[in-house]
Amino acid sequence: MQALTTKSKEVSREPMSFWEKMYLPAIFKGMMITFSHIFKKKPTINYPEKKRPFSPVFRGLQILNRDEEGRENCTACGLCAVACPAEAITMEAAERQPGEENLYREEKYAAKYEINMLRCIFCGLCEEACPKDAIYLSETFTPADYQRKQFIYGKKDLLIPHPTEDPEAYKKALGNRAKKEPVN
Amino acid sequence: MLHCGLCLKYNDMPDEIKKDLPANFKITIDNITIDVAPGTTILNAARAIGGDVAPPAMCYYSKLEGSGGKCRTCLVEVAAGSTADPRPMPKLVASCRTTVMDGMIVKNITSDKVTDARNGVVEFLLINHPLDCPICDQAGECHLQDLGYDHGKEGTRYKFARRTFVREDIGPFIQLHMTRCILCYRCTYVADQITNKRVHGIVDRGDHAAISTYISKAIENDFSGNMIDVCPVGALTDKTFRFKNRVWFTKPVDAHRNCKNPECCGKATLWLRGDEVFRVTARKDQWGEVQSYSGKPGWICNTCRFDKKKTSDWNIEGVTPISRHSVIGANKYKKLEVPQETIQEVMKGIEPKLLMNIHNVSEVNNPNIHLSEIERPANSGDFKKAGQHIIGDGESRQWGMKPLNGKEQTNEVD
Repeated sequence: MQALTTKSKEVSREPMSFWEKMYLPAIFKGMMITFSHIFKKKPTINYPEKKRPFSPVFRGLQILNRDEEGRENCTACGLCAVACPAEAITMEAAERQPGEENLYREEKYAAKYEINMLRCIFCGLCEEACPKDAIYLSETFTPADYQRKQFIYGKKDLLIPHPTEDPEAYKKALGNRAKKEPVN
Repeated sequence: MLHCGLCLKYNDMPDEIKKDLPANFKITIDNITIDVAPGTTILNAARAIGGDVAPPAMCYYSKLEGSGGKCRTCLVEVAAGSTADPRPMPKLVASCRTTVMDGMIVKNITSDKVTDARNGVVEFLLINHPLDCPICDQAGECHLQDLGYDHGKEGTRYKFARRTFVREDIGPFIQLHMTRCILCYRCTYVADQITNKRVHGIVDRGDHAAISTYISKAIENDFSGNMIDVCPVGALTDKTFRFKNRVWFTKPVDAHRNCKNPECCGKATLWLRGDEVFRVTARKDQWGEVQSYSGKPGWICNTCRFDKKKTSDWNIEGVTPISRHSVIGANKYKKLEVPQETIQEVMKGIEPKLLMNIHNVSEVNNPNIHLSEIERPANSGDFKKAGQHIIGDGESRQWGMKPLNGKEQTNEVD
């Protein structure tokens, strides 16, 4: 049979030589490699205290965007849900009533918007499909939890903080990448 | 012989000329030859060939007499007028209004002039049409959207403000968005020809032209709902379906019922989500027009369309065939039968223990709340009620705090 890789080595079935039967030299050889790593630079990062820089294309937890006046961008068009390969996104739309113009940008909005983080594969296709700049994948990791039900993210979990009512949280939520992006 | 199909139609011809004409006209469209009866329009001859040869039509509707000739999307080039007079027609002609002549040679997709003109027509149609497909209920089954994908430009050259109108209710079931209207006149023909008396039409002229009922006069005839099916864009939409769901999340099935109205054919397409009937429309043929049954167009009455919103009202025949290129067929199982649940059988009657039932946690697609039963578009009030079974409002999992916006929080109380 043809080997799948060039790195594969055939197992030798020959009887062991004297050196191999001695056993200890092989042990020492192995331990030498182990101990030599003590003097090498540690690649581990102590995660919560120290954080690695994000790649500019890192895809983390989704956020639902607001415009500069704090109105929700999402119009529940369903393109993210139809683009989602994991079928993680569901939503229900409602009509904007008179008096709600400061809350929602368009006449239709997502009354319910849910992402099942157990299903989400963070591919970013929802972000690409969105015609309204409403959904973005942020720099946040999906936090761990003990219960499955904690991973059904509703609108209160996804909506970005209000830019005028809570500018500090909004700025924090934008992350480091936002200011690097060119403003169109 | 006669040269111009535009100026003289077959039906208007004197009998002595008709006598000399052959029983069938041979016409070549995009190098495909077909025999058609005299008096057929080029568009219908092309439709007889089928496929890409058929020019798109936004205003022409074969079931509505007198329709066509307004949108200019069906323009074709006539390379030779007829065998007797093989001169080409000087300008592109509207194929829905031009009847065939014997030996006529027509170019549709093989002509660069036609493609160019059609691109221009689409640009004109989109001048005042808002690009609000994410909001519009017609998205996914909109003819203008399809046309825009095939012929549209990426950007717009139009610099001025688009004309806007306040949205209007035409009767209790129909929503008119005049901003989206392309003035194809199809709905006025429906009102003229199908319903008893016309109460709406086009008022004003030119750039001010608008479909209206004069003082929003309600239309109270049984077949007014067919205007929704006939509208090529999202100008006339079903108010009972408005914003409830996207077309591509609903599953179309063919169904019929014994409608007492003698004019109603009783054959319809139900748009389901699970067992909920979100919308009822007439069945459409391959050209997006209402299907004909034994020569009669299958219009459905308002009772079938707006009142029968339960699967028990209908005899379901099967899944409507949808082109696999259409977004409507996306992410759907092609059968009606639900696969048999075998877990209980294997477990000897013991219920499977779910680690999590999504309906206990999720706020959407709640099995106890039926959006399709609300007779108007859902609003924040409905969702306030719908969310009452959910506990677990609290701080945001992502930002670690409560949503600040007070009003929004009431909308979100779950």
